Amino acid sequence: MPQNLPHDGLIAIVKRDCPTCELTAPVLGELARRGGLTVYTQDDASFPETVPAPVDDTALDMSHRLQIEVVPTLIRFEGGREVARTYGWDRGEWERLTGIAALGQELPQARPGCGAKNVEPGVLERLKIRFNETGLKSRHIEIGEGEDEQEAMYERGWSDGLPLVPPSEERVLRMLDGTARDPQEVVGLVPPDIAPATVEKVAINAVMAGCKPEYLPVVLAAVEAVLDERFAMHGVLATTGFVGPVVVVNGPIRRRIGMNAKGNALGQGNRANGAIGRALQLVIRNVGGGRPREVDRATLGNPGKYTYCFAEDEEGSSWQPLSVERGVNPDVSAVTVFAGFGLQGVVDQKSRDPESLSRSFAESLKAMQNVKLAPSCDAMLVVSPEHHRTFKNAGWSKARLYEELYRLCEIRGDDLVVGAKGIAEGGPSSLAGKTINKFRPGGLFLVRAGGDAGMFSGIIGGWSAGGPRSSLPITKEVRT
Amino acid sequence: MTVLLDPTSERSPTIRPRLPRPERLDGLTIGILDIAKSRGDVFLHRLGDRISERGITVKHYAKPTNTRPAPLPLRQQIASEVNLVIEGLSD
Repeated sequence: MPQNLPHDGLIAIVKRDCPTCELTAPVLGELARRGGLTVYTQDDASFPETVPAPVDDTALDMSHRLQIEVVPTLIRFEGGREVARTYGWDRGEWERLTGIAALGQELPQARPGCGAKNVEPGVLERLKIRFNETGLKSRHIEIGEGEDEQEAMYERGWSDGLPLVPPSEERVLRMLDGTARDPQEVVGLVPPDIAPATVEKVAINAVMAGCKPEYLPVVLAAVEAVLDERFAMHGVLATTGFVGPVVVVNGPIRRRIGMNAKGNALGQGNRANGAIGRALQLVIRNVGGGRPREVDRATLGNPGKYTYCFAEDEEGSSWQPLSVERGVNPDVSAVTVFAGFGLQGVVDQKSRDPESLSRSFAESLKAMQNVKLAPSCDAMLVVSPEHHRTFKNAGWSKARLYEELYRLCEIRGDDLVVGAKGIAEGGPSSLAGKTINKFRPGGLFLVRAGGDAGMFSGIIGGWSAGGPRSSLPITKEVRT
Repeated sequence: MTVLLDPTSERSPTIRPRLPRPERLDGLTIGILDIAKSRGDVFLHRLGDRISERGITVKHYAKPTNTRPAPLPLRQQIASEVNLVIEGLSD
C-alpha cells in the first residue's frame, strides 16, 4: 500500500477545472469538518477552498498511484486497504461510501465526473516513465545536452539519409497506444541478421519514420508480410536488382488514417503513405541490419526504397480491391507487399474502348526490364480512374482484363532469341518458333489509384523471374 | 539530457576470422557451389574440370534458387564434405 494514505478514512481526488468537483466542494467541506477526509487536488493547490488543507497533487503522483481515471473520485480505506470507490457525484453512492445520510441536499441527485489529469494523453506516459512502469525493454541511449539529436542519430547509423523523429520513451509509449498487441510480441525475424522484430522495436522505428500511433497496425502488418518466407525479404534486400517492398493498403483503415489513394497517390505529400513505407524500411535497416552497400547490393536501387506505400482507390471502382481478390473480406483492412521498383508510365489519351486500351497496356508491359526478356518479372499495373472508366463502361471485370492482358503479352520466341532485333540480350535459340509469355500465369496484379483527371496509368516492375522461386506478393490483414 | 530508445536489434555483429588459406591444395576436397544464377553453372563446371585435371577432388553443389539463403541441410552437408568452397556470387 502506498505511503501517506490513511489507515482508516476517506480520500477525494479533485481538480478545479471540473464543474462536478466545484459542485461537490460544499460536501467535501462538510466531510472535512467531520474529520477523516484528505482531499488531493490535481491542478490548483488551493482548491477546494471549503477544505482547510487540500494536498497539492499537481505532480499527480498520488493520482497515478491510485490509478484515478475520473474526478472527483472518493475512496474509503479501512485497515490500510481500499474498500470502496466512487466516481463523479452520486448522492446515494457518496452516502453509502461515507455512511452519512442526507449529503449535499442542495445538489442534484447525480452528475458525471470529468477526466482525471493523470490519464490525459502525454501525462500518463510521463508518469509511467517517472515510475519506471513503461514495460519497454530497449536500451536507453543518452544524448548529452550539447549534442544535436539528429546528428547523434545519423552517427549511430539509424537514418535512411533523411532526418528522423527522435524516439523518446514518451513518443514510443504513445505509438504503442496504436495497438493492443504486447510490446514484447515478436512479429518475425528480420533479415539479414535474422533478428527478432518485437512490436516495441517496430514502434520505435515507426516513431522515427514520422508515424502517428494509428498507423502502427498497418506498419506491423507490412512488417509481418515482408517477413513471410514466401516474400524472400533477404533476397529482395540483397539483390543487385532495383526492388524494395511496395506496400498497397486496402479496406476501411485507408480512410480512417487519411491515406492517399487519389491524386499523386504514389508521390509525396501524404503523411500516412510516406511514414508507413518509411517505417518498414527503417525496420529492415535497424532491426535487420540491412544497409545499402553492405548486404543490400543494389546496383541502382530506386527512390521507393525510402518509402513506397499507397492506398487503393476502392470507392467508385467496379473492380474487386486487391486484398479482396487475394481472399480478404471486403470490410477487413489489409496490406499487400510486392517486391517492386519505380514507375513506368503508360500514357494513353486516345483509347476509348477496352480492346485498344488493353493493347496499350500490354505493349508497355512487354517492354518492362527489356523487350528481349520473357518470361520477365511480375508486375503491378496501377490503373488510373479515367483508364478504369473505359473498362467499367464496357463491362470488363478485373478477371476479364487479367485474361486479355495475359493473352496480349504473348511474344514470338523469334523476337526473343539472343541477337534478335540486333540486341545480344535474349533467350536461347530454342525459343525460336515458340510463343513465350512476358509473365508467369498470375504474375500480374491490378490496382486502381490516382487522380480523377489523367489517362495515365503506371507499371511497377517486379523482381527477377517472379513467382515462388523469387518473391511472391503477400497479403496480411491489419490487426489492431 | 535526452534519452532515446535503441531502434536496433542491440546485437553486436559477430566478426569471425577467416580460416587460414591452405598452403597447398593436394589431398584436399574442393566444393563448388552454384548459387543458381543464370549461366553460373557453365563457368563453375569449367572451373571444376580445370581443378580436377590437377588431381584434386571436386564436389559440386547447387542452391535451389539464388533468391534465398542456402538451406541449412545443404550448408551442413558442404561443411562436412569439403575443405574449401568456391561459389559464384553473380552472373
